[in-house]
Order: sequence, then C-alpha cells, then structure tokens
Amino acid sequence: MKNKKEIIKSYLINFIAIALMFVILMIATDAGLINRYVRGILMTIFINIILAISLNLTTGFLGQIALGHAGFMSIGAYSAALFVKYAQDTMGITLLQENGLTSAGLGFFLLSLLIGGGIAAVFGLIVGIPALRLKGDYLAIITLGFGEIIRSLIEYFPFTGGAQGLKKIPKLASSLNVVYIIMIVCVVIMFAFVRSRHGRAITAIREDDIASEASGIPNTHYKVMAFTIAAFFAGVAGGIYAQYLGVLGASSFGFMKSIDILVMVVLGGMGSLTGSILSAVGLTALPEMLRSFSDYRMLIYSVVLIIVMIFKPSGLLGTYEFSLTRLIDRIVHPGKHKKASTMKKEGAEIE
Amino acid sequence: MSNIDTTPVLKTEHLGITFGGLKAVEDFNISIAPNELVGLIGPNGAGKTTVFNLLTGVYQPTEGRIELDGQEMKDKKPHQMAKAGIARTFQNIRLFKNLTVLGNVKVAFNQNMKYGIFQAILRTGGYWREEEEIDQKARELLSVFNMQDAADKIACNLPYGQQRKLEIARALATNPKILLLDEPAAGMNPTETAELMEAIRIIRDKFNIAILLIEHDMSLVMSICERIVVIDYGMIIAKGTPKEVANNPKVIGAYLGE
Amino acid sequence: MELFIKQVITGIQVGSVYALVALGYTMVYGIVKLINFAHGDFIMVGGYMAVFSIPLLMNAGLPAWLCILAAVAVCTIIGIATEKIAYKPLRGAPSLSVLITAIAMSLFLENLALILFSSSPRPVNNIFNMPPVTIGNIQFSGVTVITIVFSVIIMIGLQIFIKSTRMGKAMRAVSEDGQAAILMGISTNRTISLTFAIGSGLAGVAAVMYCSAYPQVQPYMGSMLGLKAFIAAVLGGIGNIPGAMLGGIIIGLVESMTKGYISTQLADAVVFGILILVLLVKPTGILGKNVGEKV
Repeated sequence: MKNKKEIIKSYLINFIAIALMFVILMIATDAGLINRYVRGILMTIFINIILAISLNLTTGFLGQIALGHAGFMSIGAYSAALFVKYAQDTMGITLLQENGLTSAGLGFFLLSLLIGGGIAAVFGLIVGIPALRLKGDYLAIITLGFGEIIRSLIEYFPFTGGAQGLKKIPKLASSLNVVYIIMIVCVVIMFAFVRSRHGRAITAIREDDIASEASGIPNTHYKVMAFTIAAFFAGVAGGIYAQYLGVLGASSFGFMKSIDILVMVVLGGMGSLTGSILSAVGLTALPEMLRSFSDYRMLIYSVVLIIVMIFKPSGLLGTYEFSLTRLIDRIVHPGKHKKASTMKKEGAEIE
Repeated sequence: MSNIDTTPVLKTEHLGITFGGLKAVEDFNISIAPNELVGLIGPNGAGKTTVFNLLTGVYQPTEGRIELDGQEMKDKKPHQMAKAGIARTFQNIRLFKNLTVLGNVKVAFNQNMKYGIFQAILRTGGYWREEEEIDQKARELLSVFNMQDAADKIACNLPYGQQRKLEIARALATNPKILLLDEPAAGMNPTETAELMEAIRIIRDKFNIAILLIEHDMSLVMSICERIVVIDYGMIIAKGTPKEVANNPKVIGAYLGE
Repeated sequence: MELFIKQVITGIQVGSVYALVALGYTMVYGIVKLINFAHGDFIMVGGYMAVFSIPLLMNAGLPAWLCILAAVAVCTIIGIATEKIAYKPLRGAPSLSVLITAIAMSLFLENLALILFSSSPRPVNNIFNMPPVTIGNIQFSGVTVITIVFSVIIMIGLQIFIKSTRMGKAMRAVSEDGQAAILMGISTNRTISLTFAIGSGLAGVAAVMYCSAYPQVQPYMGSMLGLKAFIAAVLGGIGNIPGAMLGGIIIGLVESMTKGYISTQLADAVVFGILILVLLVKPTGILGKNVGEKV
C-alpha cells in the first residue's frame, strides 16, 4: 500500500479535478452556453457512465457476461417514475416549479433514485441467485432471457402503461449539476468498492474461480453481490433516464440497449472503470457530433467490436486505470516514473 | 515428530467417493498429527488428487468422514474448508494471473478480514487499519519466500519456480492448520526442487502446520517426509516410514507393475 | 377444440422452422463451443434472397420454390465467410471474447441489411402453390405440410450423415476432442467449415419455410427467431440433433398455446421462462449428457 501522504495527495487531486469540472459546468450553464441539445448529450453521457461502470462490475471485474442490463435499468426507471408520479399526482406534492425543482422535488428525486436502484437490486438478487450457478455462454443467455421477460411483463401489466408506455412523469432530472454530482457519487462508490477486499475477491473469481474458492473466497456470495450492486446502479441510471425524458416505453429497454451498454464496457476495457467512463463519453458524443454517421453507427460498432476482440480482447484499456495523480506526477517529475510505468502495466491498481 | 497423545489435525475414516459406479477412492483412512509432514504417493491415476479434492470440499465424499482438529467436516464447500484450516495448491498452477504478486496473497487474507461493503465505500478507519495490516502481513509472507521484491509484478510474468512458491504463499495466507501440496516440484529442475523441499521444511516449522504432500518423485518424498501413505486404485496399500514403505513388496509391485 | 387443434398445427409448423434453425446452433455449438448469435440473421439473409430471387425465377418461367436454392447458396457462403473472418482468429480465445464477437457479427448483418434494404418490411411472393389439405373437418394449409415433412426429412438425413459418413464421423470426433482429432489426421479447419456450411445451409431452408408461412422480411426478423431456436437447442440438449427437433417442436407448441390461450404479449416471456427453468433444473437439456469441470 502507498503511504498515507500519497493517498491523501491523490484524493485531493481527484477531488479538485471533479470540483473544477463542476464549476465549469455551472459557469457554462449560467452563461447560457448549454442549449437543450448539448444538455441532452451531457445528460445521456452521465446516464451512460453509470450504466457502463455498473455493467463493468459484472462483465469486467467478475468476468461474467450479462446481457440483461437494460432490464435492471428499466425496473429502476419504472419504479422511480411511478414513485414520483404518485407523489405528485396522488399525494399532491409540488415537485416542480417554473424555475426548476422545489426542495421537496430534489428530495423526492434522490429518494426515487434510491427506490429505483433498490428495487432493481432486489431483482438483481432474485435473478442472480439462480442465474449465477451458470457461467459463460449460459449465464449470458439466461440474463438475456430475464431481460426479455422483464420487458414483456412491463408491456403486459397495465400499471406500467403497457405497450403505450408511461407518460407525464415529473421531469425531476432537470438539473445537469445535480445529475453530474449523482454520477460522480456513483463512480466514487464503484471505485471504492472495487479497490477493497470485496473488489479483490471479485477479481480473483474472474482470474480463477477454483483457486479463489480454495483461497477462502465464497464465490457464489461474491458473484451475487457483484450482480446486485450492478443492478442497483443500473436502476439508478434508469431512474434518472425516466425523469429526464418524462416518458417511458418498454421497447427502449430491449436486448439492443443491453448490447449498447456492453459495447461501451468492452471497448473501454473490461476491468477498467476509467475505460468505461471514457468510452461512455466517446460513444455517446461521437455519434451525436457526426450526425450523418448515425445510420452507420451500429454497423461501425460491430466491426470495431470484432476487430478489438481479435487484436485486444480485453478492450482498449484492458484492466489499466487512467490516473490523474500519475499523469501529474509524470509531468512534474519527468523521467522518474519510466520504470514504474512499465511495471504497473495491468492490474497493479487492484492489489 | 508425530506425537500419539495429541489429537490429529486431520483424520479421515473410511473416506470414499464413487463416480457413476467407479470407486475412485475407497476406505481411505489417514491420521495426521499437528506439525507432521506426510507424503502421499502412488502411480498415475491412483486417486491422489481425488483425495485432495475430497479433503478440500471440491468433491463431496459418498462415504466416510473427515475430521479437522477433532471437528467433523460435513457438507463443506471449498471456501468453508479453507476457512476451517485446510489450504491447498494445485497440480497445474492456478494463480490469479493478472493480479500482482501481492494481490494474489491479499486475496487469501479475505476470509479473516471484517470490514463490510459500506465501510469499504466510506473508507472508514476499519478499512484503513485492516488493509494496512494485510499489506504488511502479505509482504512478510512474501519475504519468507524471498519474493518481497517481486510484490508489484504481475503474477503471470513470474518465472515458473516463483509461481509455485507464490501459490504456496497464497495458501499459507489463509492461515491453515494443514497444507496440502499437489506435486509442488512438478516441472522444476533438480536445483529448484531441492530448494523447494528445503523451503517446505522451513514452512512447516515456521508456521507450525502439518503438511500433506503429493509427489511423484519417490526419492524426494523419501528425503523429507516423516511418514508416507501409498495408494493405488483408490486404496491405501501401504503406510509407514519412508524406509518401511520403500521395502514394502506391494509398493514395489504397484510402481513396477507386477 | 377447433382452436386447440389449430394452435397445435401452427405450433408444430413454427416448431419445425425452429428445429431447422436450432440444428445450426446445435451443430456449431457442439463443434466449436460457440453460440453463433449471427445464425438467426442468416435466416434474414435467406429471406431477402427469397424476396429478390422469386421475381427473377418467375420471369424465367421457373417455379418460385426454386428460390430455396438461392437462399441456401447465399446462406452457406455467408456462414463459411463469417466463420473464416470473425470466428477463426479467435479459436482458443476466452469464451467472453468469442461470445462478444458472435454478438457483434449479428449486429453487423442486421445493420448491413438495414442500410442496404431499409427498415421497412418487404412482402414475399407466394412460394409454394399448394392446395390446402383436409383431414376430417380440419384444414391444413399446404405450406404447413411441406414444412413439417421437409424438416423431418432433413433431420433424418442429417442424423444418417453424422452417424455413418466419413465427414460426419470427423465432425463428431472434432466435437469430442479437437486436439485428439488433429492427431488422428482429421482437418479441424475443414470440419468446422463444413459444420458452418451445413448449419447455415439449413438456415437458408428455414428462411424459405418461414417466409412461406409469414410472408414478410425485415432486417431484425432473425434476432428473435434465432433466440427462440437457440432456446430450442438448449432445451433439447445442445449438441444433440434429435434434441434440436424435440426442442423446436416443444418451443413452437408452447408459444402457439400461449398465444392462443393466455396472451400474445406474454408468448416471448413464457418461452424465455422455459429456458430459465431448463437451465436451472437440467442445464444439459432434455437429451443432453453431463460434463463436469476438471480440477
């Protein structure tokens, strides 16, 4: 372990970077630089970051492919949406006023995300306990199956709005700043989790599940834990999504959505949270910037995926984590880190 | 040396397992005293690794019982066996290849750590204390094997001999009462083997544990084990000191193929 | 009663198509341990081949059902090409990478079709001009009979091929132990190509059968169809040819019964429910055999 001073230094650097981005975001909003269009892209980026890092926990760190992530997202989305709708329509609480959220609105927004995440986590647990007895291809297929079942049930039951979808959801995810902070909190939690004994255990299962069990790791327990936590954050992302759009349709949470998230995780690097963040930003922003490219988006994704799988199967960053502290260090003391950087290549962060 | 008065650290009675009608191990009785170094030998396919798999909970025995320190081990999964105090290594090395050397060892400390998910996320005092403690312990353990300098290397980049040692270090990190070594010298050259055998003896004394060792190379087992158990076709055919076993006609027959 | 019989017949018909598709999955999985996600999309390709070849055949004064040749030929080529380009470089790679590649291949075919043929569905001309068959007071369409008969013939033929020909034996050998098969002088590459060729060829047949029952083609038609056929393969026991037939018919029946008696919307959920149940209770499927992992 690094010494205390270094740890505090790196926490501080990251905190300053996060705060700086927040200030930039606030200034840009105040200056009116962020129009509806840019706001939409940023919002989608924040949501996708949460989705990608959460799926990375199961696919990257645990090493199990899950194809039903959109299912958990939809559960969070519908739970949160129904909750705030109930609060507004039935309980008659004023959540929104002309210039944005009321303080009750903010409270209910945060609460709705916890509820959405919580219910998604419960489903994650229910799905995970039986599903995680399987691995590899079979686990992929069974999670795909669960995702499709969830989608069909949402379309079937009337209280979710059925096939017509759920409309008039209070748009509580109106403030970019609030969503930014929520996203940061999710990322920080995920980092803290991954770099703990629990994260280490989960990574050990990916590396060799027989050896991990023999080293005293209760594999099933940790697999279910990873799956449940991933479902929780997918639910939170879904909650934000629902209250940003204001309308929900079950068809937007199909297999393709799960694949979309998977592409981000795989390209960014399976086992690299910073990789997921970078690819979530890139894969959300790029197609938007190149409008004419949007028809070819999935086609290009698929080709890139195949190429990456053939030449760099662990994704672009692999398990490498980008570190701001290391970067600054290298700029300040050039040369000093040459040797360390080659040694620290992969996995060094999860020791 | 073994002492008859103490409770055996590991004892099996009539242990056996059947795979679809085939008796892979049958009526396996063994009693290992604390701090004893026992060899388990036998020809290829005799069922040595199956015995290990039974003792570590990978397979559930179809007959008989296992006692660890006088406590019956029933329906235990591998991680529960590890927690109870039986650690093992594998014939074909199984390391966490993409983790660091230090990380490999730290994983095995997991079962004796207490901080929960929320303490990890909130980075409470408990988190820091325990992480610092195991960091230190893991490094100490590595230094026993003279590997402290390799702590930050990725495990799969280690030379073969060190990978074997790392696997033993990881097994020791679970704080076992008995260590099962499955052909630890396989694939090593004579110098490395001699070094390893010396290390095994040191481990036994330093950590004060019993060791059960599978090895193919008779001469090696003979030189370090106090007692040897020979199995063939899943059954014990001889037990005793190296000398006794070496002169046993059954053993000679099993190896030479009568 | 009439509804019941009608649903049974529809079920068996759809089930036969699933069975044909499931064969492709099962053969490929048996031999390279790969869920070929793109297999469902081969059906879509076959469907478009039917759409385009039928007018040409009609103009030439030939019967429409000859489109089956075009569908089979193109599907076979695409199957072999997919294997060579995307899957072969990954042989021996971790199953995660292989699975992702298969998904990517499926996405590729779907989106290529989307760009080439647009998302709007295209109608398929009448392929088989068959009078309806009447037994008692129940009427079947001719297509139903053809589909069922065809599937059964193919199934039996395939079974004979696998059990008694040289190539079939090679396929079984590679599926049991690829390394050992190489040592026995079997060319794994050729055998795998052959497996893909047969599997995708069958997808071509299935495509024409499917289109004669549901005469419409669109880029995503293969994905759900493929998934259900895959479920059929898992249900019957992956790697097992009679299992694929059995699984296909069961899935077809369950689906059609759910549509008839419970709800059309829930049909997919019920089929996936069955998959989950099978995987949890007997992951090797009805006719599959158990294999454990070596420690």
